[in-house]
This record gives sequence, structure tokens and C-alpha cells, in this order.
Amino acid sequence: MMTLSADQQAGLFAAIEQGLPLVERPYLALAEQLAISEMAVISTIESWQTQGLIRRFGLVVRHRKLGYQANAMVVWDIAAEDTERVADLLAKEEVVTLCYERPRVLPHWRYNLFCMIHGKSREQVLKQLADICQRHQLNKITKNVLFSTKAYKQRGGRYAATANGA
Amino acid sequence: MDQLDKQLMNLLQKGFPISERPFKDVAATLNSTEQEVISRVQAMLDSGLLTRFGPMFDAACWGGDFTLVAMEVPDDRFEAVNEIVNGFEQIAHNYQRTHRLNMWFVIGTETSNEIFEVIKNIEQATGLPVFNMPKEHEFFVGLYLPA
Repeated sequence: MMTLSADQQAGLFAAIEQGLPLVERPYLALAEQLAISEMAVISTIESWQTQGLIRRFGLVVRHRKLGYQANAMVVWDIAAEDTERVADLLAKEEVVTLCYERPRVLPHWRYNLFCMIHGKSREQVLKQLADICQRHQLNKITKNVLFSTKAYKQRGGRYAATANGA
Repeated sequence: MDQLDKQLMNLLQKGFPISERPFKDVAATLNSTEQEVISRVQAMLDSGLLTRFGPMFDAACWGGDFTLVAMEVPDDRFEAVNEIVNGFEQIAHNYQRTHRLNMWFVIGTETSNEIFEVIKNIEQATGLPVFNMPKEHEFFVGLYLPA
């Protein structure tokens, strides 16, 4: 594999953080801009992807525009020893788009597992959630559903911090 | 959105080829042409359907840091507090939600220490506590919204 200097890597990072050029040979366009070879651009981006420095590569949809109006943060208060088992079940569900364990902030906040469900309506989201709880017998776990009523700043950032995916 | 737009949307949420002619590779799997794929992606960006096209970096791996925080904002102060919070350039994804903790947003910074500074500054500027809930463990799922 061809290796770039730290400066060249920083240059490539800066060149693609706003997005990939929409031309026939985007990696060549980047290479010309940075005075390096197309092969070096391709192998560097490939290695970033393999190392997990790039989490996703492709397009990022503005979900409200696609008709996904309901954005629910479903939060659970789960005993420590049971968290991983439940989280693994939730993460495998197709409608669950993010799943994180976070600290409780007592007495203000008792929930320690967060997952996101995007749906076309609140009704649909609640139905999907009920179905998940039924299938995995999660009805005994205390949970809460926080719908978003307004999105104030949905920035198309360069980092993979999707809604509440910090 | 026609059938090709939908196919592109679904396919390109899952990844993009890293090859000499990536749009041509995509076109081949959809029975389309390189030029058509490029102009469709451009049109979806122009119309605001997409927020971006390209790589999404994992901030933590590059030395940056993120956290999710929540605030309990009195209704009559919501708009004013919201304006203060959004004035911080480190803030993203600010949502009003249906709970006593009604304002939820992400803080993203280049260093971990900066997170605490931003929290302190928001608390000072608003007079309200900011509850910090950084992720302790991520259970991986793919973010994929069928068109």
C-alpha cells in the first residue's frame, strides 16, 4: 500500500470532509488537487475505512424529507447485569437505528440505555416498539419514549454523530 | 423521487465503492449510466434530500469527542435558551423532546476537555444545569432508512 505523509493525510482529510467531488473519477480529482497519485488516495481511504476511522461512506439522508417524521428516543432503566443482553436484542431490530449505554443522572434521569427509532408516524413507532417488547419479553422493564417535537439544528456535520448518536 | 432515485438512495446509504470509476460501478449494478448516477446524486443534494455525500469520520478516532446532554428548560424561556445554546458552534442535533428534560443536543469538540468547558459556558449563559450523558458503550446498528 502507498503511504502518505501526515501532512498529505491531513490534506486529504480536509479535502473530503465536506463531501466527495461528484465527477467520474472523484479520487483522481482529489489526487490532482493534492498533487499525489490516485492510487495513494484510494489506498489511504480504504485503510481509513478498514481501521474504522471512517464509519460510513455514502450518502446521508435528511430523514424528515424522506417522510420519517417521527423520531423517538426510547430510553430504558435496566439493571447493570441485564443491559448488554437487552441492548444486543434491540440493536438487531431493523427499526432501531442507534443503541447506546449512558450514565444515569439521578435524581433527574433514571434511564441507562438509549435507542433511536425513526418512523413515518408516532403511531407506527409505538406499534413497532410494542411489537419488539412483546417478542423479547421486555414489558417489565421501565422505559420511556421521548418524541422530538422540533428539530432546531440538524447539522450535516463531517463526523458520524447522527441524531443523538454522540 | 422515481424508482432509480429510490434504488440509489437505498444502495448508497450502505456504502460507496472506492475504485477508479465508482459511479460507473454503481450504475452497473442499477442498470443505469455513470452520468445519470452523478446527476441524480447532485440533484438529491441540491434539493436538500441529502445532508451530504462522502465519508463520515468517527470523531473519537481522530482525537475529537462527543457527548449527549439534556436540559430542563421552562416553557416560557425555551426560545431564548434555545437561541443561546445554538449560538455555540460546538452544538449539533438540538431537539425539543416530550419530557421534563425537554432540550436534548449533542456537543462535539476537538478535545475531551473542551466538552466540559462548553457545558460550563452553557450553564453560565443560561443559568440552568446541563446534564451530561456521554456514551459508555455503543451497540452497533446500521443507520438505514429505506426510501
